[in-house]
Amino acid sequence: MMPDIPTWVAVPATLLLIVGGLLTLVGSIGLLRLPNFFMRIHSVSMGNTLGVGCVLVASMLIASAVAHRPVIHELLITLFVVVTAPITAIVLMQAAIRRTKPPKP
Amino acid sequence: MMRIPVLLPLGLTVLWLVLTETLTFGNVLLGLVVGFGMVLSFQKLRPVRPRLGRVRVAFGLAFKVLVDIVKSNFAVGRIVLGMTGGREVRSGFLDIPLDMRDPHGLAVLAMIVTATPGTVWSGLTDDSSVLKLHVLDLQDPEEWIRTIKQRYERPLREIFE
Repeated sequence: MMPDIPTWVAVPATLLLIVGGLLTLVGSIGLLRLPNFFMRIHSVSMGNTLGVGCVLVASMLIASAVAHRPVIHELLITLFVVVTAPITAIVLMQAAIRRTKPPKP
Repeated sequence: MMRIPVLLPLGLTVLWLVLTETLTFGNVLLGLVVGFGMVLSFQKLRPVRPRLGRVRVAFGLAFKVLVDIVKSNFAVGRIVLGMTGGREVRSGFLDIPLDMRDPHGLAVLAMIVTATPGTVWSGLTDDSSVLKLHVLDLQDPEEWIRTIKQRYERPLREIFE
């Protein structure tokens, strides 16, 4: 059974999901369109930042409406994503730099 | 005498309470014990401690970063979809001289730079004096250096130094 979600929650949540999905889609299209690794890493981070942010806010809205109390788990996901993303990015960039520049003889 | 850290263990406790969503006495106690125990034992491993200066600056900075994340998302989206009005997009590396030495401030700067699409942290010299950044749409290098230094580094130095 679907729980009742009031319209004033459903509408903004739906919009956020659509926007988040489109942002992530455009970021993924960038993976195909952009010519090199260094440019592609920028487009992937679209889904990783505002894309995931929109989905999390939508999730907060719907979960709070269904549970009839504020649900703020999603803030933790935001925190963990923001804190850990630079590590992956830095490691990938370092690896890419090392691979594109041949070692000096 | 060693100062006992308060902010980080309390923060960890709050994190635990939000995660478990139970506000019973036992759960709060568990969070406090694990939080303080973890921070105190990790102090031996990593003795560097952040000094928080002007915390109020942090709220302004957080808001600015949020706005920048939204703006740069749409900027990168336009570039991906080729809506640049015929302008050629040049991406490249940028060396930014930094005045900030505090590792916590640098860590936050890394988060900000990574969280805004269009800029990626790609390296830091060993003495953390020069930050290498990869920028997707590098039109005006001087402008980028000014932005990073004025918009992010200055408030971060006010907070952490």
